Amino acid sequence: MIIAAKKPIEEIIDEVKDFNRILILGCNECVTVCEAGGKKEVEILASALRMYFINQGNEKKIDEKTLERQCDHEYLEEIRSNIDDYDAIVSLACGVGVQFAAEKYLTTPLIPGVNTICLGANEDRGLWTERCQACGSCVLARTGGICPVSRCAKRVLNGPCGGSTNGKCEISKDLDCAWQLIVDRLKALDKMDDYEKVAPIKDWSTDRAGGPRTVTREDVKI
Amino acid sequence: MKIPANFRIIRVPCTGKVDIIHILRAFEKGADGVYVVGCMEGDCHFNEGNFRARKRVEQAAKILDQVGVGGERVKMFNLSSGEGPLFAQYSIEMNNKIMELGPSPIRVAKQNKKNAA
Repeated sequence: MIIAAKKPIEEIIDEVKDFNRILILGCNECVTVCEAGGKKEVEILASALRMYFINQGNEKKIDEKTLERQCDHEYLEEIRSNIDDYDAIVSLACGVGVQFAAEKYLTTPLIPGVNTICLGANEDRGLWTERCQACGSCVLARTGGICPVSRCAKRVLNGPCGGSTNGKCEISKDLDCAWQLIVDRLKALDKMDDYEKVAPIKDWSTDRAGGPRTVTREDVKI
Repeated sequence: MKIPANFRIIRVPCTGKVDIIHILRAFEKGADGVYVVGCMEGDCHFNEGNFRARKRVEQAAKILDQVGVGGERVKMFNLSSGEGPLFAQYSIEMNNKIMELGPSPIRVAKQNKKNAA
């Protein structure tokens, strides 16, 4: 899922201080699971902002709503009928949701309430870690299911670099060397032969090198 | 031991049920202080309920500091269910602390607004 982290309240206060009618808009998908922008976080942020502005003697109308998703037209349409009731929207969705809402409601300022971090997994309670960089041409089949693009600091594709020591990466003693993990897993799978295979040069045009990416599916278009 | 009569008890099945928003809402509605009283740490029937509560109280305190209400107005206490006198003692302690801090700025702001209207 997409991992996001809450922005500091002070930063959000600074962004919204000039607006009087504000909608805090959450998203029920990834940001709910990573506890950054779901219904609960919407309630907490709205309550905190209301208290802050009451305390400043500048009470504002701050409403709450959480959509099923902010990256789909149909759910974003749910706020169209009362979009004019607000001077600004603080979206707690990932960067995708914020932009999609901004594209849809041209005259309403959209303020992000979270920092979108990465594509990752919920490794432990309160710990989310990166697993994918959406490079667009997946190599996991030959790397034992462990991604050297997202988990190796150098994105090295042909084995560990000289900075790999005792299974750890040179950039941090807490960071596993992705290639150590790959080799360990290939051994466990009895697939070390894969490690010896010379792979073709990776097509980086599917990564950001080719500009913003799209997927077009004629088979599902109506 | 006499328990102060100026607070309202809200019963929950376990302090693990208490969320940050419950604490914030109390302040938004004009409470001067909130204290969460859970079981002894390590004695939670649901294993981690009171640890979760402690974390949430800490988070609520941080938010209250950020919005100018003051994080010292919320506190977590732990006792076992048989310790009535200790509950009274904690209540007095909290009451004294809140009396010392004075009314919550939210309540004052709301009152001022009401008076002006």
